[in-house]
Amino acid sequence: MPFGSIWGDSMDRSEIKVCVLRIEGTNNEDEMYYAFKRLGASPELVHLKDLKDIFDYNCLMIPGGFSAGDYVRAGAIFASRIRAKIANDLHRFIDEGWPVGGICNGFQVLVELGVLPGFKRMDYPDACLFLNNSARFECRPTLLKHENKGKCVFTRNIPKGEIMLVPSAHGEGKLLLPREKEQEYFDRLFENDQVVFRYVDKEGEYAGYPWNPNGSAHNIAGICNEAGNVFGMMPHPERAYFDKNKNGISGMNVFESVLKYIEEK
Amino acid sequence: MKVEIKVGLKEGITDPEGLNIKKSLKLLGFDDVQNVEVKRSYVIEISGKDEKKIREDIDMMCKKLLINPVIHDYEVEMIK
Repeated sequence: MPFGSIWGDSMDRSEIKVCVLRIEGTNNEDEMYYAFKRLGASPELVHLKDLKDIFDYNCLMIPGGFSAGDYVRAGAIFASRIRAKIANDLHRFIDEGWPVGGICNGFQVLVELGVLPGFKRMDYPDACLFLNNSARFECRPTLLKHENKGKCVFTRNIPKGEIMLVPSAHGEGKLLLPREKEQEYFDRLFENDQVVFRYVDKEGEYAGYPWNPNGSAHNIAGICNEAGNVFGMMPHPERAYFDKNKNGISGMNVFESVLKYIEEK
Repeated sequence: MKVEIKVGLKEGITDPEGLNIKKSLKLLGFDDVQNVEVKRSYVIEISGKDEKKIREDIDMMCKKLLINPVIHDYEVEMIK
């Protein structure tokens, strides 16, 4: 494993504590909670105000929704409140290899925090999940192709090339990178194996709207950091927990992958 | 002191909201509309009189919350 074990032996599934972090306006925490619960882990719904020590947990998850009403920008207020409360601890948690995941609004929060794409440590965003090209909320099932070669700890359980039907529901999901470094950053994302999911059509080809609901360049739907332990995606695997594709892969595999990683860490 | 911060998109960033508003204005018969830029304005009341310090604080507020430097520019106006 990339980050040596601190327990020596592998961890028992029921001992794995997952912090599903919420504030006012998060609204997918229950689905996320049950995704981990059904797999035998010990998730907890924790309001940011009640969070004592992030190191009480083995995994931090930021759910979807409209945190703080999406005021200022989607995810910006939740990110600033996390930064104010646990910024240093969060960086240490990530550096020690503990997994951090964000779905939909949670992905926006991780981007606003500056931990995704995470090319360097910074306290402001180095990317943006911007208004969809359609300028409206896009809510429907989307087809995702798993592109990761094994770096992302949230999708190691999913074979590369697998196509999954996962619902999207967002108004701001277009990944933008700094214009002056756009090409360099996209090259790095692909070279570093940081691209995790891309939108495809029913033939499995990278296609435009409506298959790509937001206009993201390269059809990117989800990315991870360079170490693979911070992951964000716009569509909702927790809402597709039971919807298996013909190979038996569903949203469940995202949660199973990260639990397996923690067990072996 | 009151300070107004106007946050807009950097040049070259396509603004789907502005394009939609432009389209609607044209549909309403305003054929002369050439372009619509959407900006968000924050009016912040702040104690203290040291304008230099206030300006520095405003820049930090922008950096830490009010803008995303990947897409946004901002202008600051001091309103007495």
